Amino acid sequence: MSMITVSPAPHDHTQETVKKLMYGVLIALVPASIVSVIFFGVGTIILILTSMLSCVAFEYLIQKYILKNESTISDGSAMVTGLLLALCLPADIPFWIVIIGSLVAIGVAKMSFGGLGNNPFNPAIVGRVFLFVSFPVQMSTYPKPLQNWFAYTDAATGATPLGMMKEGIKNNETISDIMSKVPDYIDMFLGKMGGSAGEISAIALIIGFIYLLARKIITLHIPISILLTVVIFTGILWKSDPARYADPLFHLLSGGLLLGAIFMATDYVTSPMTASGMWVYGIGIGIITVLIRVFGAYPEGVQFAILIMNAFVPLINKYIKPARFGERLKNE
Amino acid sequence: MLKTFRKGGIHPEENKITAGKPIVDLPVPPVVILPTLQHIGTPATVLVKKGDKVKTGQMIAAGEGFIAANVHSSVTGTVTRVDKFTDASGYKRMAIEIGTGADEWMDDIDTGPGLVREISISIPEIMVRIWDKGIVGMGGATFPTHVKMAFPRGKKASILIINGAECEPYITADHSLMLEKGEEILIGIRIIMDALGVEKAIVGVENNKYDGIENLRKFSDKYPGISIQGLKVKYPQGSEKHLIKSLLGREVPSGGLPIDIGTVIFNIGTMYAVYEAVQKNKPLISRIVTVTGKSLKYPSNFRVRIGTPVSELIKAAGGLPENANKIIAGGPMMGKALNTLEVPVTKGMSGLLVLDDVESGRKPVQNCIRCSRCVSVCPMGIEPYLIMAMVEKEKCEFLDDCHINDCMECGSCSYICPANRPLLDYIRLGKTKLKKRKQALKEAE
Amino acid sequence: MSSVIIYTIVSLSATGAVSAVILYLVAQRFKVFEDPRIDLVEDALPAANCGGCGYTGCRNFAEACVKSDNLSGLFCPVGGNETMSKVAAILGMEAVSQDAQVAVVRCSGSYNKRPRINIYDGPPSCAIQSGIYSGDTGCAYGCLGHGDCVKACEFDAIHMDRTTGLPVVTDEKCTACNACVIACPKNIIELRKKNKKDRKIFVSCINEEKGAIAKKSCEVACIGCGKCVKVCKFDAITLENYLAYIDAVKCTLCRKCVTECPTNSILEINMPPRKSQDGTDSLVNAEIVENV
Repeated sequence: MSMITVSPAPHDHTQETVKKLMYGVLIALVPASIVSVIFFGVGTIILILTSMLSCVAFEYLIQKYILKNESTISDGSAMVTGLLLALCLPADIPFWIVIIGSLVAIGVAKMSFGGLGNNPFNPAIVGRVFLFVSFPVQMSTYPKPLQNWFAYTDAATGATPLGMMKEGIKNNETISDIMSKVPDYIDMFLGKMGGSAGEISAIALIIGFIYLLARKIITLHIPISILLTVVIFTGILWKSDPARYADPLFHLLSGGLLLGAIFMATDYVTSPMTASGMWVYGIGIGIITVLIRVFGAYPEGVQFAILIMNAFVPLINKYIKPARFGERLKNE
Repeated sequence: MLKTFRKGGIHPEENKITAGKPIVDLPVPPVVILPTLQHIGTPATVLVKKGDKVKTGQMIAAGEGFIAANVHSSVTGTVTRVDKFTDASGYKRMAIEIGTGADEWMDDIDTGPGLVREISISIPEIMVRIWDKGIVGMGGATFPTHVKMAFPRGKKASILIINGAECEPYITADHSLMLEKGEEILIGIRIIMDALGVEKAIVGVENNKYDGIENLRKFSDKYPGISIQGLKVKYPQGSEKHLIKSLLGREVPSGGLPIDIGTVIFNIGTMYAVYEAVQKNKPLISRIVTVTGKSLKYPSNFRVRIGTPVSELIKAAGGLPENANKIIAGGPMMGKALNTLEVPVTKGMSGLLVLDDVESGRKPVQNCIRCSRCVSVCPMGIEPYLIMAMVEKEKCEFLDDCHINDCMECGSCSYICPANRPLLDYIRLGKTKLKKRKQALKEAE
Repeated sequence: MSSVIIYTIVSLSATGAVSAVILYLVAQRFKVFEDPRIDLVEDALPAANCGGCGYTGCRNFAEACVKSDNLSGLFCPVGGNETMSKVAAILGMEAVSQDAQVAVVRCSGSYNKRPRINIYDGPPSCAIQSGIYSGDTGCAYGCLGHGDCVKACEFDAIHMDRTTGLPVVTDEKCTACNACVIACPKNIIELRKKNKKDRKIFVSCINEEKGAIAKKSCEVACIGCGKCVKVCKFDAITLENYLAYIDAVKCTLCRKCVTECPTNSILEINMPPRKSQDGTDSLVNAEIVENV
């Protein structure tokens, strides 16, 4: 018999690993990716491949040659960042812009803070916002769905529902006028609308959400708190003046809200550590998103809302602590 | 209806491969080693010397001090050595080694098989008997029972709780007692109830021992006041604070004891030992040990004389398998990995688990990904990731604010961490460092 | 120059001047009076903030010196006698002096000499391992080899030798601050009197087991035979619990005990090579050091 091994307790361990969790997220994004390819053609494929490959490549190169450490690309987190970044960009964006986005997402937002676990801001969102600010034209023109499948950067562009909403309000149109231009809710639910590669299909994202919950990769707290806040806030506004504010269902189905609430805001590293903290985080994101969408200059606010709340997470973690056992006498 | 506690807990694989296996008496070994410290408190003082002849049940070490317990010889034979031997603590501690001869019990012990129902001694005599016979908590904590029964002034117990949860995977020692010695256990509970003047007792048993629950309920009309409550299977249901929370809905205050909220808890195996001590005048010299492991030939529940070297148990279970990697005294969650097989079975050793390299290997440690699983499974509501980060970065002055001393070292955090971080190891280290720091600060004043 | 520029310069200068006056007044009003000698003493200290003096940081030590009547019990091991005489001069007190000390690792149980009999699979921390059991060899007292001492040292004076599994002290850098002594859970490291040329003779073992058991776990263990005690003419060696101990103050480095020791447990470091009986340079010194 070989030598006995001695180690401290416990001697049992769950089979869950970081790698399995990351691959689970990738699997959950497959429905949204497939729908995107169907609606936007080869552009999405190029987008996803470029983003994922360059994210992994940048992480490997930075870790091996600049930091001179072991490479951790096998844990799958760079691939998840790559796929998420791809899915929040317009499908007709030139691939070199994607590569720049990956470099910022991995190099600046993740590696410069110390790699996985140490970044305060969601890397995919940092990449997206950087591109949004640096290439405003390319980032604000979205291809129309179901065009020539092989048209990539040449795809005909059209406005997204949120874009139409913002334009309409600026031109003092009433909601009913705007809603006649916007695709109907069935189309928006299935994904037949303009938008970034991954945000269009509510049904595909919800399927991914159910998978994540079933695999116990995420919990309900963050997505539900975000979506509930948005519904309540926009509901109040809509009830007060239906001619000026769109109804909650429109807000739920349009823009990157579902993608952000289910996949971006639930990123482990940049979200709070306690259930109550997650509620505060989610409510904050919901409020800021609606404020930007309704009262702000931009048509979509989810990306900024998530980044702003990411900045609050250390504060949330410091002051919102889990309920301790035996903290106060619980007598019946 | 099954009860449970809400916050925290994990569901490791139960692996109760010895469930339902009948208790087998392990033959008396040729040599036993009886440590003088098999309980929480001060080591017992040795009463014998080399060459002395002792009988089974004879007291060989006397407990001294407030928290202490007596040690009795579990065999008949001659004392061969009084020296330091390696025990389950991993270090050498004072023990008495006895070479065994023919089994001859002390005259005042009732060795007959009959069940004795009538409690024929007075209440003060019960307390003395429990102290005299060296009864300690058999669930693993080994707290001297007579000390637990001596409540601090002003505190009274209104309800007794018996811990039959046995939440550790693999271990079925208490289960086998429930199946074979059900009425004896209830008599033991009745004895404690009389001694403490408590009229109500609840036995909490996890639902994976449903046959045990049924067997105990068979006698319930003879023992009114004792109810058997089923519990949902969740680790660490057997933690006394969480057992109280599940059964009574009350939380023991941080830093406090169950008696602070009017209850006292004993392990179900301790109740059997109390029955034997009070009804049969028998000291604590044997216990049920589950010898188990997926690669063992004959995993069993053995009745073992205290002091039997662990190697004898492995031999009786079919010998050490080729791929054996870790031998653990206790269960996989809180058990102690042994560094040698010549360690003796002590009063608190409820199980012996043999794990192979696949099951037991630790994987490489990764960075914390802040997934917050450790926070959500912690049954005490503290934050393991934060404590480990502080201990690693030597910021021990903040450990008090993290309530590190609330940690009961159940291991749920280390179990659940997907990045394989040794959270519990650093929490334990943090506790030691905090204690040293407080001591140093006190001395500086 | 346009009036805008003139207005800008004047207004900003005025703001700056007013702020400077306010800040000065506030600084004077809320000034904390500190004995100026504390600053002087602090300047004389090595500024290592290592805690070797028993105080948290050099400034606290300086305060303690200024506040007390004399310097007994106050000593900075990093600065040594030189620094303490400077401090004494500043404060007008009598100088204290102590023998210089150095950290000595009292274990020679390398991988070769002390076989491993089980595998430790846990975090690489001596404190954690000693919390669960006595170690992965047959010797319950020996070095665990994870380097808690190395982590504790703030002067880069101790390093783990990966080929032997034992720590090695760099004498020139060691300030005898006591950090490694406290960090070692087995109490293997000891501060001993520093001799000239960093010469040392010490029993490199702390095993208190009976000789036969000690020798079985480690080839170079002290078996408590007492031969060294008998041969020492200066009463520098004592034997307790099957373990010999050489008092560094009484020891004159005569080297007689080193060759007496049957297990080569007593080490002599930085001593000149011996001349053997037959006139050839004995390799005894080199052999003993190589044994590790």
